[in-house]
Amino acid sequence: MSTVAPLATDSDLAAEKPSAAAIAKKRLSSPWASLAAIVIAVLWTIPTFGLLISSFRPERQIKRTGWWTFFSDPTVTLDNYRSVFGQNGGVNMADFFVNSLVICIPSVLIPLALASLAAYAFAWINFRGKNFLFIAIFALQIVPLQITLIPLLEIFVHIHITGTFWTLWLAHSTFALPLAIYLLHNFMREVPAGLIEAARVDGAGHVAIFFRVMLPLLTPALAAFGIFQFLWVWNDLLVALVFAGGGNEVAPITLALANLSGTRGTAWQLLSAGAFVSIAVPVLVFLLLQRYFVRGLLAGSVKG
Amino acid sequence: MFGQPTSPRFRAVLAGTLSAGVVFGMAACGDSKGSDSGSTDAAKSSIDCAPYTKFGDLKGKTVSVYTGIVTPEDTPQINSYKPFEQCTGVTVKYEGDKSFETQILVRAKAGNPPDIGIVPQPGLLKQLVATGKAVAAPPETEANVDKFWSKDWKTYGTVDGKFYAAPLGANVKSLVWYSPSEFKDSGYTVPTTLDELKTLSDKMVADKKKPWCAGINSGDATGWPVTDWMEDFMLRLYGPDVYDKWVNHQIPFNGPEATAALDAVGAYLKNPAYVNGGLGDVKSIASTTFQDGGLPILDGTCEMHRQASFYAANWPQGTKVAEDGDVFAFYLPGKDTSAKPVLGGGEFILAFADRPEVKAFQTYLSSDTWANIKAKLSSGWVSANKGLDPNNLTNPIDQLSAKILLDPASQFRFDGSDQMPAAVGSDSFWKQSTAWITGQDTKTTVDNIEKSWPK
Repeated sequence: MSTVAPLATDSDLAAEKPSAAAIAKKRLSSPWASLAAIVIAVLWTIPTFGLLISSFRPERQIKRTGWWTFFSDPTVTLDNYRSVFGQNGGVNMADFFVNSLVICIPSVLIPLALASLAAYAFAWINFRGKNFLFIAIFALQIVPLQITLIPLLEIFVHIHITGTFWTLWLAHSTFALPLAIYLLHNFMREVPAGLIEAARVDGAGHVAIFFRVMLPLLTPALAAFGIFQFLWVWNDLLVALVFAGGGNEVAPITLALANLSGTRGTAWQLLSAGAFVSIAVPVLVFLLLQRYFVRGLLAGSVKG
Repeated sequence: MFGQPTSPRFRAVLAGTLSAGVVFGMAACGDSKGSDSGSTDAAKSSIDCAPYTKFGDLKGKTVSVYTGIVTPEDTPQINSYKPFEQCTGVTVKYEGDKSFETQILVRAKAGNPPDIGIVPQPGLLKQLVATGKAVAAPPETEANVDKFWSKDWKTYGTVDGKFYAAPLGANVKSLVWYSPSEFKDSGYTVPTTLDELKTLSDKMVADKKKPWCAGINSGDATGWPVTDWMEDFMLRLYGPDVYDKWVNHQIPFNGPEATAALDAVGAYLKNPAYVNGGLGDVKSIASTTFQDGGLPILDGTCEMHRQASFYAANWPQGTKVAEDGDVFAFYLPGKDTSAKPVLGGGEFILAFADRPEVKAFQTYLSSDTWANIKAKLSSGWVSANKGLDPNNLTNPIDQLSAKILLDPASQFRFDGSDQMPAAVGSDSFWKQSTAWITGQDTKTTVDNIEKSWPK
């Protein structure tokens, strides 16, 4: 008996010491963890859900009662959506959809193109002052973009591009570059050096390595940063307010949304419908690309 | 590489977003045609072009206008420019932006101002002139202002003795909203003096009703409706001269006059028997948005709501705003029937360029011609332009406002918090008023505001 007992303890100990990953997996997939995840997801979704319900309620009810009273007194109307699309006069948000896309797409592509090239140089080319430059770019992330607004606008006035899309493309690209370079640099550094050397042995120069070896590997990181930047530019109001000045023909949808409630905020019942119109595109983009989003984020964050 | 996205999925998304944009864009095209045809009929009235062609041949020129007036008030504003555009050939580019008050300063400082800014506050006007980018009004505009506006209004557009900005629209803040049918059913009459207002409130309390409702929550600007209350009582208790001294800080903010005025407001807003009809107790005033503040009148849970003429736009669609309708307003009475102080606000047109087409447009906006065209187009708008024929106004509340503004006996004073330095007028005055509603006593409140006044 006395010999059996220690044996049993040994096997117990062995059973209680699985790998850290296994513990994490077991704990995260336990019913309690799932329950917690569901509770958090529900809590997080309730405000959006309320917004969705509000957007279908009549004006008087929105203004007088909370959205939850919908369940005891369900009245559904499309009036808010009609007003948002300008059928009762006033702003038509659809006009601004195209503007937002015209602003967003180059504002995503320009920093991606520049940052991937720069990141490659920082990761795999040796040149004088590389570390200093990289630290300088890294440090630029600390500068709040608000303090650059007036000086940047002065420059735009000076080179006569105010009131055009160029101001927004340039501004968004400028603000995006430090983070983009840093993120892509970290990703590129993770590519095994052997791969690069093998390509070099085969006679590939930097250009060939960049296009043939790096870019295919980089796709998830590019997509992740692309979504990041797309969401940021799509939802941006501040930069658009300052630089899109000069006419509503270059204003994005966020500006239309901000103005939707009217001069004195008396038409705020339209905001819920307007919000749903304006988030349609980001939600679509996110849902279709979320696989890359998570993968790319993890990839960029491993190295500090 | 970016011409041909590496992942087919990415390409699909791009195509998806683009086509969504195209669909919405097309919907937009279909719509705008419909709304345009209606508006041009209204603006067809042709005008005498002589005063504007005097500035030269303006065909093909453009004037940009930047303003905080957005939907739905922007449509009549834009349409009222059409007769001018048709006769001179000038294109007016209208840009409405609710963040006008901060953005105009940014744009002026960076050297990117519009040709004309529609400035809603004399305080902001001073700040803009101080940037050195604004230009004084042309003599033609000044002549119009001398002819059509009272001296008070011209003073508000003048900075350091130089006349810059002609007034545009106006609103009347000294109004009390009520339900005409409820007043009729309960046998209440519209009061004509402050004492009668008090008696009426007490009578309502005796009838087991809450006479007043209010809401002062307004985001960053929470508290401003209290400042309007206080200004109205300052004007009523001590008259326009003391009011001007108070606004310009020639008498202290915590002096006996201001303290008494705030206490007089407290007799209404901090009186648990009087407030807050349909909304809760005194403290609920601070948590209710100003947009919601008067709505209990429609439910019959509140009798009166003091708010400006622009509150008319806040009643839900289908509410009849008229003397025989669901809601209407009466003039917040003076101390006695002889005094008619009016608190109000308005906008001013400030130019940042002196090209001939800009001057011509300024002159057009300051004329009686424009005021009457605008009156026919809009609802919820009024001007203190003496050339305005009140019969052209379409909305009963606008007619009432015009009657109050154009009454020779009335003494108009601009909203005081809009004229005070920003540290007081759009900061401490709002914040301390909110604290006052939620329990802070009057003395601490006025002392704190006095302390915040820039030396």
